[in-house]
Amino acid sequence: MSHETRTLEFYVLAAFFALFVLFLYGPLSAVLILSFQGPDGGLTFPLNGVSLHWFYNLFEKQAVGDFGASFRRSFTLGLMVMVVNVVVALLAGLAFRHRFRGSTALFYITVASLVVPSIIISLGIGVVFQQFGLKPAWYSSGFGAHLTWTLPFGVLIMFAVFNRFSPAYEEAARDLGATSWQTFRHVVLPMIAPSLIGVGLFGFTLSYDEFARTLMTSGTYNTLPLEIYGMTTNVTTPVLYALGTVTTLFSFTIILAALAIILVLRRRQAKAS
Amino acid sequence: MTAVATSGEIKAGKASRGLAAPSWLAAWLQATPLLLILGFFFILPILTIIVVSFWDYDFAGLYPDFLTMNYADTLGSWVTWKTYLNTLKFTAITWALTLFIGFWVAYFLAFHIRTTTMQMVLFLVCTVPFLTSNIIRMISWIPVLGRNGLVNSTLIEVGIIPQPIEWLLYSDFAVVLAMVHLNTLFMVTPIFNTLMRIDRSLIEAARDCGASGWQVLWNVILPLAKPGMAIGSIFVVTLVMADFSTVQVMSGGQSASVALMMKNQMSLLQYPAAAANAVVLLVVVLLMVAAILRVVDIRKEL
Repeated sequence: MSHETRTLEFYVLAAFFALFVLFLYGPLSAVLILSFQGPDGGLTFPLNGVSLHWFYNLFEKQAVGDFGASFRRSFTLGLMVMVVNVVVALLAGLAFRHRFRGSTALFYITVASLVVPSIIISLGIGVVFQQFGLKPAWYSSGFGAHLTWTLPFGVLIMFAVFNRFSPAYEEAARDLGATSWQTFRHVVLPMIAPSLIGVGLFGFTLSYDEFARTLMTSGTYNTLPLEIYGMTTNVTTPVLYALGTVTTLFSFTIILAALAIILVLRRRQAKAS
Repeated sequence: MTAVATSGEIKAGKASRGLAAPSWLAAWLQATPLLLILGFFFILPILTIIVVSFWDYDFAGLYPDFLTMNYADTLGSWVTWKTYLNTLKFTAITWALTLFIGFWVAYFLAFHIRTTTMQMVLFLVCTVPFLTSNIIRMISWIPVLGRNGLVNSTLIEVGIIPQPIEWLLYSDFAVVLAMVHLNTLFMVTPIFNTLMRIDRSLIEAARDCGASGWQVLWNVILPLAKPGMAIGSIFVVTLVMADFSTVQVMSGGQSASVALMMKNQMSLLQYPAAAANAVVLLVVVLLMVAAILRVVDIRKEL
């Protein structure tokens, strides 16, 4: 294999990769630009002046549904899902380190929860709440519906983490006389902390953007994605793009914050060892 | 050996701790929250759907019964079969495209990027859009593909076409494009993961034995990448089979999918009919997953 053919392959694939990134980000940047459309502008290019008109429009209550309230609901729900996701996935990850009766079954149930179509889970939870005479709401049925989507991701990540985790560290701690709690708190937890941040990030963002499972389970009040979904059919002004820009920038902020925390934790760990 | 002995002695010295929490009991307790949540919000709803699919219903409510009417209606209707065919068409095309794109993107990242930092940065560039709203990403095609969108106006300006192409947006083309846009990352991640774990000396060995670049790719890399491709396929196939929003938004209501049909029945409060549909869809999806799982044992791959 000569050197030239290898570089040719590299350039072809690099071009392909660049096109793929353009494909991912191109349309999104079109939305970003068009959200600064002038007051008379439409849904497509060209820009008819540059203004913040549609952002103001977004925060006026009458203009489009209740953006502020649905955002608060989605944000709260995301935080609830994040916390439960981290705790439950961590516990399950610890459990799966041992073989226990039913561990294989529980593992497959978890994977199935990821694989079963969202709309079926949405319908199922909706019918269960109806049959029990419970009122569906975003913080009860919606919360549970989101967990069926985020928990499998969390558990699979923890499963992968503990698969590569050497028990030598814990044995060393125990040999030095640490109790199981001390071993967990001072040895295991710091080592898996970056992964836990990752699990939390997945929990929050997947919940914040989830809507197929929320469809039948949100009750009276819409979460943000449901609000946006409703808007796609009846809003024909760039306010839709303004909303897209705001929520996307919000997601980016969360992702960057999580990555920064992971980097700091990694660096601290590298220093310590 | 000495280390084992000392740890044994300490364990014996603190026997009370070992007695208080046998490892299987601790594991059970730790697994309980997961089991409870999935039990109530996943297992119970699925069982309820199966039960309700045999019930009777009218505009006022649901009546417990044991009827096969809902299934007869669903399976006996020509519309259902046509909708399944349409959904399978979307799934097959999206699967093929995401597999092709996903493999080459992962291959480029794994074998052509030299430094780990650069690999991680480029991988994150691919991953970040996955963590933003799907609906916003669907909407973002409107200014690009619309009648007066970027593609049409550019093509007209250059003089390639005399008038806007109508089938760019609100068509099956738009549906498939958006599905590929939304789901390719589910292919990239697991394939990248398996490619990174391929022992590089295998490739060197193949080269030393005189294999050409394509032979290395076809006989060494592709077979070893199969597990990643299988996991990616499970994600893409199940997501596209269950999709209703992409089909609804991107086809402008002109195309149908199984889940969209279910959603319409749900909005008409025909829960037993929707439940029968759900059971059929569930069986189809699980059969597809089982077929893919014959290729790979996922528990080994994590």
